[in-house]
Amino acid sequence: MSGSRRPVILTFFAACAYGFLYLPIVVLIVYSFNRDGVGGFPPRHLTLDWYRVLFADGSMWTAVGNSVIVAAASVVISILIGFPAAYALDRYSFPGKDAFRRLILLPLIVPGVITGISLLLLVVSGGFRLSLITVVLGHATALTAVATTEIFAGLSRLDRSYEEASADLGASGWQTLRRILLPLMRTSLLGTALLVFTLSMDEIAVTFFLIGRENTLPLEIWSRLRRGATPEMNAISTLIFFFSVAAILASQRLIAGGETSLTPSAEVAGVTQ
Amino acid sequence: MTAGTDSLEKASADSSGAEVFLQIENVGKSFGAHHVLDSISLSIEQGEFVTLLGESGSGKTTLLRIIAGFETLSAGRIFLEGNRLDLLPPYRRPVHTVFQSYALFPHMNVFDNVAYGLRVRGVGAGEIKSRVHAALARVRMEAFMAHYPRHISGGQKQRVALARALVNEPKVLLLDEPLSALDANLRLEMQRELKALQQDLGITFLFVTHDQSEALAISDRVVLLHQGRIEQSGEPREIYARPRTSYAANFLGKSNLVRGVVRNGIADCRAFSAPVNLPEGPAIFSLRPEAIAPASSASSGSDVRFTAQVVAEQFHGAGTLVTLRCSEEIELTARINAAISNETWGEFAFRAEDLVPLAPEVHES
Amino acid sequence: MMRPQRSGALLVMLPPFAWIALFLFLPYCLLFCYSFWTVSEFQQILHHPTLANYAHLFTNPLYLTVILRTLRIALSVVVLSLAIGYPLAFFLAFHSGRHRALLYQAVIIPLWVSYLVRAYAWKVIFGNEGVLNTLLMWSHGTSHPLSFLLYSPFAVIVTLTHIYVPFVVLPVVASLEKIPRELIESSNDLGARPWQTFLRVILPLSLPGVVSGATFALLLSFGDFLAPLLLGGPASVMIANIVANLFGADYNWPLGAAVAVVILNIVVAILSVTQRLERRWRTA
Repeated sequence: MSGSRRPVILTFFAACAYGFLYLPIVVLIVYSFNRDGVGGFPPRHLTLDWYRVLFADGSMWTAVGNSVIVAAASVVISILIGFPAAYALDRYSFPGKDAFRRLILLPLIVPGVITGISLLLLVVSGGFRLSLITVVLGHATALTAVATTEIFAGLSRLDRSYEEASADLGASGWQTLRRILLPLMRTSLLGTALLVFTLSMDEIAVTFFLIGRENTLPLEIWSRLRRGATPEMNAISTLIFFFSVAAILASQRLIAGGETSLTPSAEVAGVTQ
Repeated sequence: MTAGTDSLEKASADSSGAEVFLQIENVGKSFGAHHVLDSISLSIEQGEFVTLLGESGSGKTTLLRIIAGFETLSAGRIFLEGNRLDLLPPYRRPVHTVFQSYALFPHMNVFDNVAYGLRVRGVGAGEIKSRVHAALARVRMEAFMAHYPRHISGGQKQRVALARALVNEPKVLLLDEPLSALDANLRLEMQRELKALQQDLGITFLFVTHDQSEALAISDRVVLLHQGRIEQSGEPREIYARPRTSYAANFLGKSNLVRGVVRNGIADCRAFSAPVNLPEGPAIFSLRPEAIAPASSASSGSDVRFTAQVVAEQFHGAGTLVTLRCSEEIELTARINAAISNETWGEFAFRAEDLVPLAPEVHES
Repeated sequence: MMRPQRSGALLVMLPPFAWIALFLFLPYCLLFCYSFWTVSEFQQILHHPTLANYAHLFTNPLYLTVILRTLRIALSVVVLSLAIGYPLAFFLAFHSGRHRALLYQAVIIPLWVSYLVRAYAWKVIFGNEGVLNTLLMWSHGTSHPLSFLLYSPFAVIVTLTHIYVPFVVLPVVASLEKIPRELIESSNDLGARPWQTFLRVILPLSLPGVVSGATFALLLSFGDFLAPLLLGGPASVMIANIVANLFGADYNWPLGAAVAVVILNIVVAILSVTQRLERRWRTA
């Protein structure tokens, strides 16, 4: 174990593990440029045709628009609910706190199918029609759990003496929130927003049961995949991949030193709280 | 067993012809251009209690970790009983460490912690039991065998860490600031216990600390490290009484640094003159505050006398530190037991042998 | 410490409380109620509480078969994710050297890639005309494609493993890094060889991370229904597929609700076991 010696076998294994993680992504990207469709080795006749098909594909872009709307709405709701919930969990003690915590974090561990159908039952019992609004409802419910754990982690990392100093200097609770707490929580909140946005853009299991006539992007892709694969799917997947990576890198530059809030490890930890 | 041929290589016997127990030979450690340790050589006898003393960054902990095997050395060799030690991995070295943080395994209780070293060597269960019991009895922790580390106090953890290392009967015990996390009273008690334990077992102890009073109180020999080199080494009384450099003089307690010029065997320090056995020329001396006393109460043989004004005093319980102004530029600090009043002029005295000449090249501070 | 004002606290707690009551508590209650109702021949929901759905579930061996298969698939995913993820985490924590940050990011990036995209990529790789088969035929002259690759539990397990490896790596790295270096040094110092140190010190102290990663992978793959739909054949229908079908083409919501309640119970049971394990192994 003495420090710097690198075990050859372990390093080789790690390289293989990275290979496994990136193999599908590389295959996907390469075949998005393959004229003869998905599959077939080696890829021949590189072309941008599938990207042309994709850009001309109206219903795909409508779905992208729908997804962005849903994701933005989910971010707003999950933070508006998640922030006070996390604050209450961190700062207050009240009867039923444990049940409160368990309930709000439940969607983290319950399969999406169950969140989806139970909300479907609510929507139907209330006599509402399925639409993008019900999709937002589903995403916000599922992702509030994520937002709450992320914000809770941020709050508990915060030195509480700032708020005490603010109160000591005569600020009201509201003033302390606006002038001290929110600015200090900026990094954590931005990270949370980005995480929720990305997860919403990718959500299928809950959406599956709550979708109306208008498709979100994953559902649009899903319905086409069921019909059969074409490299147009590779093309849109490649775009999604690069867009995701660019978003992470941009946000990391934006949020200096905020790496923890961008990794879903808090989410993992939340499972067993 | 790969180190077999290397361990046949014997240490060069020292000048007297006897084999040195633990020999550290020109050991160096550098990170790039930065030298943490610079050609350290040290010979330690079997059963000696040696303290590596130094401030942080002096290289004392690095030297300890090199001996334990956690760091590789960049230069030099280490021999234990004549066999190369530095080529062995840590788990094959017959030396054990007591860590500053104790490093007790949190998922094992006290018994299992102490049994660990025996278990990984495949010692039988019966023998493990009796040896662990004996080791814990020695540090008076037998009653805590089933406790987990998080449920015992700092001093108790300290004892368990000690037992865990000693149960394996190391040839050398390395102790990395083991007392620094304890509060003052417990610390004194543990110093006493450690010393007694060491004398009882006859095991060589190599102890690292930054606390000079601890080093002086506990060791047979103190090795003062400074910027990766050995500044001075010697018995506590000797190293305290006769510092070789101004750094040593000040690190081992408070000291007055006095400049003078030697002419015809007399050092002229302006405030006073004293007979010295030095060549002609400028010199710098160390004079301990407790060497100075009012002339009226000075012990016999205090033949160097001077007059000074008391300009400040600080009561320290055991004595009073007073600042004596001999002239515009010269002030001396003295530790005086008798009551003394401020602003008074008086005559003071010390013995000429307490004026210790320091190495001339020293870093002036 | 500021004196918490009652009205302020109430104001803070109201939105999350209302949301939870309306969109979590109420829907689960409805799910529970539905599971006791039945459907008539004319697909009308009959609101007379009976235990018929549960009786059906527990007497028809199909459901038990599917549940066991789902558990088997989910456990395979966990084992594979750990087999790949633990050494990777160990490498990241102790041997990744100067490029640690980059290598760590490289584990996270696939997490941000759409689930569908990744599942679809495996379909491209495993299909009869897919990359793997054509590669095999091209390089070895195998005349027939290996048809067991796609539309099998194998494809589902590989896909889910690919998705959950990062979820295992992250908490394991975190727990490995939490182990104080002195404990490892101390073990070496006391005479333990590297593999003894691994088995007796490193592995036990990393178990909390292993449990939390494994729990996540287990629960999420247990509830998955997309991978089987996309990549699995009839032999890899999982329990969530049954729910999806009952709420879709089969149109038997009450029975679907009953299956969902069973799933919910299994999830809670798994969680209480892993929580107990984690508590036992988490040492301060």
